[in-house]
Amino acid sequence: MMARPQPASAQRGALFRRGRGGLLRRARELPILASLLGCALVSILTTVGIVVVLVQETVGFFRAVSPWEFLTDTRWTPLFVEKHFGIAPLISATFLIAALALAVAVPLGLGAAIYLSEYASDRVRSLVKPVLELLAGIPTVVYGYFAISFIAPDVVQRLFGSDTVFNALSASLAMALLLVPMVSSLSDDAMRAVPGSLREAAYALGSSRWEVATKVVVPAALSGIVAACLLTFARAAGETVIAYLAAGGQPNLTWNPLEGMQTMAAYIAQVSIGDTPRGTLEYKTIFAVGLTLFLATLLFNVASQWLLARFREVYE
Amino acid sequence: MSVTGALARPAQWRRRWLWRKGMGLLLPALVRLATLASVAALVLLLVVVARDGLGRLSPDFLTEYPSRFASRAGFRSAFLGSLWVMGFTALFSVPVGIGAAIYLEEFASRNWFTRIIETNINNLAGVPSIVYGLLGLTIFVRAMALGPSILAGSLTLALLVLPIIIVAAREGLRSVPYSIREASLALGATRWQTVWHQVLPPAMPTILTGVILALSRAIGETAPLITIGALVFIAFDPRGPMDSFTVMPLQIFEWLSRPQARFHEVAAAGIIVLLLVLLAMNAVAIALRYWFERRRLW
Repeated sequence: MMARPQPASAQRGALFRRGRGGLLRRARELPILASLLGCALVSILTTVGIVVVLVQETVGFFRAVSPWEFLTDTRWTPLFVEKHFGIAPLISATFLIAALALAVAVPLGLGAAIYLSEYASDRVRSLVKPVLELLAGIPTVVYGYFAISFIAPDVVQRLFGSDTVFNALSASLAMALLLVPMVSSLSDDAMRAVPGSLREAAYALGSSRWEVATKVVVPAALSGIVAACLLTFARAAGETVIAYLAAGGQPNLTWNPLEGMQTMAAYIAQVSIGDTPRGTLEYKTIFAVGLTLFLATLLFNVASQWLLARFREVYE
Repeated sequence: MSVTGALARPAQWRRRWLWRKGMGLLLPALVRLATLASVAALVLLLVVVARDGLGRLSPDFLTEYPSRFASRAGFRSAFLGSLWVMGFTALFSVPVGIGAAIYLEEFASRNWFTRIIETNINNLAGVPSIVYGLLGLTIFVRAMALGPSILAGSLTLALLVLPIIIVAAREGLRSVPYSIREASLALGATRWQTVWHQVLPPAMPTILTGVILALSRAIGETAPLITIGALVFIAFDPRGPMDSFTVMPLQIFEWLSRPQARFHEVAAAGIIVLLLVLLAMNAVAIALRYWFERRRLW
């Protein structure tokens, strides 16, 4: 999903208010206008709902567990007899898997974007772009399947000699496939927004094609590219199915990607599958973890939008 | 310029020339490789799925219910469940999404309130799907007491895909030239008549493409449905919106979480069906687009 700030045309709504029609006819349209406004408000209600639901249950959770333990303990074992509520292992796993996925997806996606926007002929472009979009439209459960039935046994175990089928690296590699089209499509948009006159000026000064690509187009589109990476990171951090199926189900505080670990989203899925009774502390943990995940992804999304708005290159 | 400097320059030039030539060969090769690798990954993915799943695909697979035995497990209830959930998700999300887009694009004036709604929609698009699941679990499943029903699942997915529909619908509305609106208003049409009769029809291809994109996102979602508790054994056809259900990705997920390799083959067969359905939806989107383009007015 690609969220981009929508610069709504400034004059449109204003001009449209001048619409004519008799007073009666305009009054008759008020209910329509009100219901349209209601539709727009659904999105506000959704956000309010998400925040209220998450905060409410999290407050209940923090009545039983001190925030200090939540943030500093290094063990996460709410489902065991000896309970520990340190979210560190879940956070580290989420970030490690997302970062590794990006480490693979960004070079590939950016390379594909440079190729599509600077090198490819229109014919090749019109062939490759839909294929990449197809890759983006494949459900995540398919990537989860690919991770456990191909990447883990045939790539990771064979190349890196991992002891376990379920490891963070397999999840990252599968996730990278999911992210490549996202990086490439967003970066491609950013690079194509760089006006042709900039390229022509660089060529006129004697630049070669690769110099135009790397020294003019990529720097001019840099804010868009970085914003794309931030959005992609948020997407990777919130990815559930791949992490659940491929990375194993044990919270594990380690930086070794060949071990199994559990991400925040995978933990929420695990507890949901276990059908934990409502009102128990275990039930509340998923909301505390959910709130943490929500805030982390929100941070990256907001940073991405801020970057786009702040460093938008305006030509003309 | 000193004599040594002048003599040194050709060597520097040569180095510089080699560097530029080398990079001129290297960079296009690298970016081609990156593109090729991405496309190859897709092909590999499809090959692996076909290798594991084709043997298990048969008419029985679509007509049988899930089973404890991999050899008898079928996709029927998941396929039907997906159809039910898709229908209700579209029913909830399409009118609301298009309505919100019309409001933002045609009626809202530029003020702080509109900006809040817009920023909010952008942020909602980035919320992880499992968080929507937590919302659905608390509001639809528990507070509204719908249980893990088709209705609760559809409402959750509708909220999830709403930002996609709004963004696509706004794009479609924006592509209609402003002069059309002015002409309509000048002829005495009201604002709503203008939107309904003049702006909406030519914007439909883009909107419909966005709707289909959103629905293909919804049909592949697993995480929010896990969270609302829909991961259950369903061996009957859903009869109404209050029935419990399973959908294709959820059933595949369930098969994949079993350790037996035989069930992974069944999952691969399920994936083939799911991908074919997605492909069909995309084909419909392209056909619709083409059909509408031909009747374009300008």
